[in-house]
Amino acid sequence: MTSRWKALLALAALLVVLPWLLPNTYVLDVVNRIGINAIAVIGLNLVMGYAGQVSLGHAGFFGLGAYTSAILTARYGWPPLVAMGAGMVGTGLLAFAVARPILRLRGHYLAMATLGLGIIVSIVITNESAWTGGPDGMPVDALNVAGWAPTGEFQWYWIIAACLWLAAWFAGNLVDSPVGRALRALHGSEAAAQSVGVDVARYKARVFTISAVFASFAGSLFAHYVGFITPQVASFLHSIELVTMVVVGGMASVHGSVFGAALLTALPQLLAEFEGWEMVVFGALLILVMVLLPRGLVPTILRRLRHA
Amino acid sequence: MTRSEYVAEFLQFLFSGLTSGSIYALAALGFAIIFNASGVINFAQGEFIMLGGMVSVFLAAAGLALPLAILGAVLVAVVAGVLIDKVAIEPARDAEVVTLIIITIGASILIQGLAQVIFGKGQHALQPFSGDTPLAIGGASLLPQSLWVMAVSALVVVVLWVFFNRTRFGKAMLASSYNRLGAQLVGIDTRRVWLVAFALSGALGAIAGALAAPITMTSYDAGLMLGLKGFVAATLGGLGSGAGAVAGGLILGLAEAMTAGYISSAYKDAVPFVLILLVLFFLPRGIFGSRAVDRV
Repeated sequence: MTSRWKALLALAALLVVLPWLLPNTYVLDVVNRIGINAIAVIGLNLVMGYAGQVSLGHAGFFGLGAYTSAILTARYGWPPLVAMGAGMVGTGLLAFAVARPILRLRGHYLAMATLGLGIIVSIVITNESAWTGGPDGMPVDALNVAGWAPTGEFQWYWIIAACLWLAAWFAGNLVDSPVGRALRALHGSEAAAQSVGVDVARYKARVFTISAVFASFAGSLFAHYVGFITPQVASFLHSIELVTMVVVGGMASVHGSVFGAALLTALPQLLAEFEGWEMVVFGALLILVMVLLPRGLVPTILRRLRHA
Repeated sequence: MTRSEYVAEFLQFLFSGLTSGSIYALAALGFAIIFNASGVINFAQGEFIMLGGMVSVFLAAAGLALPLAILGAVLVAVVAGVLIDKVAIEPARDAEVVTLIIITIGASILIQGLAQVIFGKGQHALQPFSGDTPLAIGGASLLPQSLWVMAVSALVVVVLWVFFNRTRFGKAMLASSYNRLGAQLVGIDTRRVWLVAFALSGALGAIAGALAAPITMTSYDAGLMLGLKGFVAATLGGLGSGAGAVAGGLILGLAEAMTAGYISSAYKDAVPFVLILLVLFFLPRGIFGSRAVDRV
């Protein structure tokens, strides 16, 4: 059995056992939010960890998914799953359309372009209040599938856990495929990858699109789970949170993504009594991890274990 | 509307554009100076601007005379810049671009968090430097504070030009931006160059923040948008070019004011980002940037 399947089995075992160990529904709710964030983070990690491209605008894609689901179900009566699919297709098309010109840029210019895209999405969501409810947000219908809708944190847990496992499986597959090898090659050296015949632009555009679809899917799940969304979901700060989860957990590590999402989603809950301090801790953590463990927590720990 | 009313309206938008454009220009210069010295994009630049406004407000409220309060704010921002360089950037100076970007974002969030803890979440305005009786020019009105903003910004630009072109250390900073290793070989202490760049950008940001605070109000999170727009302005001018940064800032301010005036004020904040995406798509090195070739 390959190490990837071992890791996926370990994740499955954890997901099956976890809910029975949790003390109350409040913690279960935090775990559900972790799962939803983790899906978006796994997608973002494909872009950042494997293809080596930074995106400071992924919350824009998350927000597009969330609002497409909310608007199509509430205002046009679409079935939630169809609306979710429409959000993923729409977001994917947008990402694919801008991928070529954006991913031609490098370093700071790429950061600037993705940041700009994310901010434009969040400004549009804030301003078009006839559709989106504006800064006050809008309620979202239940995730109604053929007459049945999940109620309560426990039912939702199994839906989110299944989606998370599938996302990890899909990302792992992609990384082990020829596409993944090409991506790693262009992370190492774009010029070298190009010279041995990797169509750099095509692979970058493809993985950027896939990761945008991940974010959109996570956004739709979030909208239905929480039942109410505000433009906050598409904000620059949310983009930064997603990036933080990737780098703290560990670049190029699917399990790092889950760990990063867990740590940084739970942290604000733990610090909730210390008004304002969560930002201080967030910032300090970002700096510390980047300076001391630039590979992120999970890959560094795994490495230590192997060499111990 | 009569012709003179059109002119008055246009003048009004022009004044407002030049005022915010001057602030963006100072923010963009801060980005350009650090980028030139170290190759780092300092996402905490906006926080220097926030500190300039907030610390001035609180020192003035504590009874300090306005010039002293602003001086205090500049000092705080300089210390913040030095700390960012020493604690966060220098230990990671050989890291990848993505890592350095994330480090400065961390610094930005840390400073914002501290400001929120210390100053609270409220919005504050600084008193105008010389009253708030507007001057009437061609049917439009101009706040005295706008004149302060434009005049001080122009002065800062001149001082910076002299520093980089006429002083020994300024030239050394320019030299190390062209080639770090070469500069080290001729005896330039590049670590000091980085430090001075961060200190200088801190001071620039704080000056911009104090100038803007009487007009725009300030709060712990005011630095975010200002910093991002400064980054847009610096990129618009081709990262690292001083003249480009000033031009980029003014173009941005004018584009925003004209959009707000003639098209839609709700979408004013989107203007810089739409503009920068168009520029990056069609002129990937900025309007004034040079063509560069990658060395592999």
